[in-house]
Amino acid sequence: MNKRMSWFNLGSLVAGFGFLYAPIVILIIYSFNDSRLVTVWGGFSTRWYSELLQNESILDAAWVTLRVAFLSSTVAVVLGTMAALLLARFGRFPGRTLFSGMIYAPLVMPDVIIGLSLLLMFVALAWDRGFMTITLAHITFSMCYVAVVVQSRLISVDQSIEEAAMDLGCPPGRTFFVITLPIIAPALVSGWLLSFTLSLDDLVIASFVSGPGATTLPMKIYSQVRLGVTPEINAVSTILVGIVATGVLAASLISRRQEMTRRQDEQLAAAAP
Amino acid sequence: MATIEEQTPRVEFVSGERIARSGGFTGLHARLLHYWPYRWSVAWVQRRGLSPRAAVILVPFGWLLLFFLAPFLIVLKISFSEIRMAIPPYAPLVELVDGIYLTITLNIENYQLLWEDSLYWRSYVNSLWIAATSTLLALLIGYPIAYGMARAPRQWRSMLLMMVILPFWTSFLIRVYAWIGILKQEGLLNLVLMHLGLISEPLEILYTDIAVYVGIVYSYLPFMVLPLYANLEKMDPDLLESAQDLGCTPLKAFWVVTMPLSLPGIVAGCFLVFIPAVGEFVIPDLLGGADTLMIGKTLWTEFFANRDWPLSSAVAVVLLTLLIVPIVIFQKIQEKNPDL
Repeated sequence: MNKRMSWFNLGSLVAGFGFLYAPIVILIIYSFNDSRLVTVWGGFSTRWYSELLQNESILDAAWVTLRVAFLSSTVAVVLGTMAALLLARFGRFPGRTLFSGMIYAPLVMPDVIIGLSLLLMFVALAWDRGFMTITLAHITFSMCYVAVVVQSRLISVDQSIEEAAMDLGCPPGRTFFVITLPIIAPALVSGWLLSFTLSLDDLVIASFVSGPGATTLPMKIYSQVRLGVTPEINAVSTILVGIVATGVLAASLISRRQEMTRRQDEQLAAAAP
Repeated sequence: MATIEEQTPRVEFVSGERIARSGGFTGLHARLLHYWPYRWSVAWVQRRGLSPRAAVILVPFGWLLLFFLAPFLIVLKISFSEIRMAIPPYAPLVELVDGIYLTITLNIENYQLLWEDSLYWRSYVNSLWIAATSTLLALLIGYPIAYGMARAPRQWRSMLLMMVILPFWTSFLIRVYAWIGILKQEGLLNLVLMHLGLISEPLEILYTDIAVYVGIVYSYLPFMVLPLYANLEKMDPDLLESAQDLGCTPLKAFWVVTMPLSLPGIVAGCFLVFIPAVGEFVIPDLLGGADTLMIGKTLWTEFFANRDWPLSSAVAVVLLTLLIVPIVIFQKIQEKNPDL
């Protein structure tokens, strides 16, 4: 009976992962298709990639997107970590419910509402829209994701280590940088990566808050997709998927290795007399 | 004299125009100095100094008040104003007439229109319906996957988990786009089905509601699988064995033991899929047809095509009111167990 159950489990795993990965794999395969007709296989070629390199507007959009993503995720990690500290270490303070509401709401709020509300504010303040407003919008929702990731790490940290440092005369600020920060560093890294990909990915909010000067890559892809499926878009998509997959795999390998050395250290420390 | 000048912030002396155009955070600071709450808090900080403790409280709190709460209040305000052919395209609520009379105009026509025009309430009902159906489908597909992962050999599990998370990291837009090539009339799915002889002429799937269901289930499946897996993985397999020892069939044991115990995971997963699906724009826009009504798409059209800012604000306010109950419940769940 056990055997039959595991067949069922194996089957659902294969079917499930097939469903999750087939569309992406098909997209990647067709990006190497020589034919302009997306459904007809015309032989292997990399011509769409070389055409991509000559497409100024896509390259410009990619450059804008990368700059926005880099800047917004870096600021979001700082702000998000502060927010996480506020939630995890400051106990009760006036406005705590409001604050935690503002942290969790953007995670589930429809993009159209966030985009519309930010745009209306930028208009009300008469700011010119473009690179800066997109970055500000991305910082705002990314910092909430960072806050949640870092907060769950902060909760699991043994607080007695921080208390010991402070008992020994270390001021709270220094305790944070010397003790807490190295422990939660992996969470900061994954928070940064998460913010970066969220920013790379965002179409709706960027479309609302962007001005005539700044077009991000998702906006570019969207406007092309509305005209129909093209091999160039398949090629861009493949490159994006490749970058993200490599980044995520590398990050997880690094964190696993760190985890292993940490465990070895702990075992050594426990074994020491 | 020179020392005093060095201590005062330099930013104000540089032409605001140039900094504003140069972008960057100095530019932002210069622009924000035009608004009194910011100016006052900067002055306060410069006078009293900012302890690290106060900074950790004030900076993120202030940021979210400015860029999250204030925008909503503005949406609320504009939803009560009238459309106007101007820049910005809405009438102010508070106006000085002839410089003497202060008039406050609260215009509820936008909300009346949402109630009376069937386009809007049908979009709302349809969004809730499509989101609920897709959530159920995602649960039916996601549960076996999460179950299989939780029962897989221990050394596989972290790799499987990784494989569920990976699509979630890759671009949402690209994953939706990938389905266009599969579902369209001369697409891969029809090609394969015709080749196998299962159908004689191509099915029309793209640009129908079915494609929207496929898109939502596909895009949000990781959100369903992750909390379910986190829950099922912690479950003690001995419970199932003892149920079976006591005479339960495997299926009955599942219904009586596994299912009730995994309820928190089911609830979390369903909220995580349902809430964002209601306001979804990209999926109904790219995969759905012209008659696929979803509120996110309606809002987008109202804003970008019809340029009716007050009406789209009203649409947003009503959408948020619809979502506020599930969002609050979800927040309570998240605060209780943030690892889901």
